[in-house]
Amino acid sequence: MNDFLLIFRNDTSAANGQQSPEQMAERMKQWQAWLGGIAAQNKLISAGNKLFEQGNVVRQGGQVTDGPYVEIKESIGGYSMIKAADLAEATELSKGCPIFNMGGNVEVRQIVPMNM
Amino acid sequence: MNDTRLLPELFRTEYRKLTSVLYRHFGFSHREIAEDIAADTFLIAAETWGLKGMPDNPVGWLHTVARNKAKDYLRRDTLFAQKAQTIYRTETGSTPETDLDLSEKNINDSQLQMLFALCNPVISPESQIGLALRILCGFGIEEIADAFLSNKETINKRLSRAKEKLRDEKIKIEFPPESELANRLDSVLQTLYLLFNEGYYSISQNTTLRRDFCLEAMRLTYLLLANESTNLPKVNALMSLMCLHASRFDARTDENGEIIRYDEQDTSLWNTELITRGSYYLNLASTGENLSKYHIEAAIAWWHTLKTDSPEKWDSILQLYNRLLLRAYSPLAALNRTYALSKVRGKQEAAAEAEKLGLAGHHLYHALLGHLYTDLDNTKAASHLQTAISLAKTPQEKNRLQKDLDSLMIGSNAGPGNDAV
Repeated sequence: MNDFLLIFRNDTSAANGQQSPEQMAERMKQWQAWLGGIAAQNKLISAGNKLFEQGNVVRQGGQVTDGPYVEIKESIGGYSMIKAADLAEATELSKGCPIFNMGGNVEVRQIVPMNM
Repeated sequence: MNDTRLLPELFRTEYRKLTSVLYRHFGFSHREIAEDIAADTFLIAAETWGLKGMPDNPVGWLHTVARNKAKDYLRRDTLFAQKAQTIYRTETGSTPETDLDLSEKNINDSQLQMLFALCNPVISPESQIGLALRILCGFGIEEIADAFLSNKETINKRLSRAKEKLRDEKIKIEFPPESELANRLDSVLQTLYLLFNEGYYSISQNTTLRRDFCLEAMRLTYLLLANESTNLPKVNALMSLMCLHASRFDARTDENGEIIRYDEQDTSLWNTELITRGSYYLNLASTGENLSKYHIEAAIAWWHTLKTDSPEKWDSILQLYNRLLLRAYSPLAALNRTYALSKVRGKQEAAAEAEKLGLAGHHLYHALLGHLYTDLDNTKAASHLQTAISLAKTPQEKNRLQKDLDSLMIGSNAGPGNDAV
């Protein structure tokens, strides 16, 4: 088994902004259902977290730009960590992610263990 | 009075009171004295009462004997007393020359302090449960061995080692200081939860004993609720969970000790008083910010007390299992989630999900697949039921699964997969 990071990107320009409490509860339920299915296979390392939309990017020389970025429509909305035999399996597990209902996508990346 | 029926019960309740107070009085470093005095007291009672009959106030009689024995011990062994005084002060904060205090308040305090002392992660969860059963609940070594499907020697050894460890680690019999309370309480709750499960899910066939374990776990949880600083939402949630589960105790086994599955149970046997109490504690638990696993499990148990099936019921149970699994994986939660999924989305989808669970060594996994494939693919269903039978641990479980297989073979609808919760 290897560890994978799932990075959830969504389209910030899409009309995802204002949600009613019912819509939020329904979305939460979908995420729990999908992650619950992975957890039932004992393949969930961490449900991870959602991220605020606002953020800064720091570059060499102390140059700071903030988001969301007008030129890029996508922003990282959150992440989870799972276990899978290989990239193919991790990719397969990602196919039920509810982010697709919001026009977003999942990037699947294997984690390289580091001893620091 | 019917002595033969009352004596064991009286001995057990009084034994656990006496030992807690004696332990609290003498500390783990002189645990033999505490246990000797308790054992002697009951030996004398058995002999005397056997000859002269039971006294008018048997409890008072036992307490007087124990009190005198404790006093005698200290008077006789002055050397011990001198040596011990320093130990008492550091270990229990009290001095030994005081009379053994057998007031109700001190009994309750001692049990509560003992509960915190025994539920200490320096000893294994199994040892914690064993010691709690012995010292706090007054069960005999033989009964404990029966519950763990073990023998007296093994249990005796395990408990002695655990007590030595508590002595070596200088574990104090006291209520934990405020700064440690949260962590220590979590250990206590986990042990009480396991103690209850030992009674509820144990494969031991002694149903009376198993029920007593559950009732004892509830009694000890109640001690925490009766104490202001431990009467917290998660403790109420644990109590709720225990009440709601226990409500089905009479309905879930037949006269042969065979498990009757949830949707085959005679719901008129569900104990409405315990359901009411469980709902009451769940209500009390619903305050504050923290959602413990006991909250989620109590909520699952609450939905199970609804007699009528509805989409809402199973959808809620499914969501709660999802949330439970997001906190921590357990094979039982994974199986029960899949069962709930079949109720919400149908057997086909649940069977596909079940295939991914990777629990091929678990008989309940094959029992679940046997259930899900029934009517979808009866050949597969039969093959899973056969595997389940070969993996099942007790004759009762094998019987039960064999019945499912038989009814599958004659073409009728077989029962569901596993005893959900």
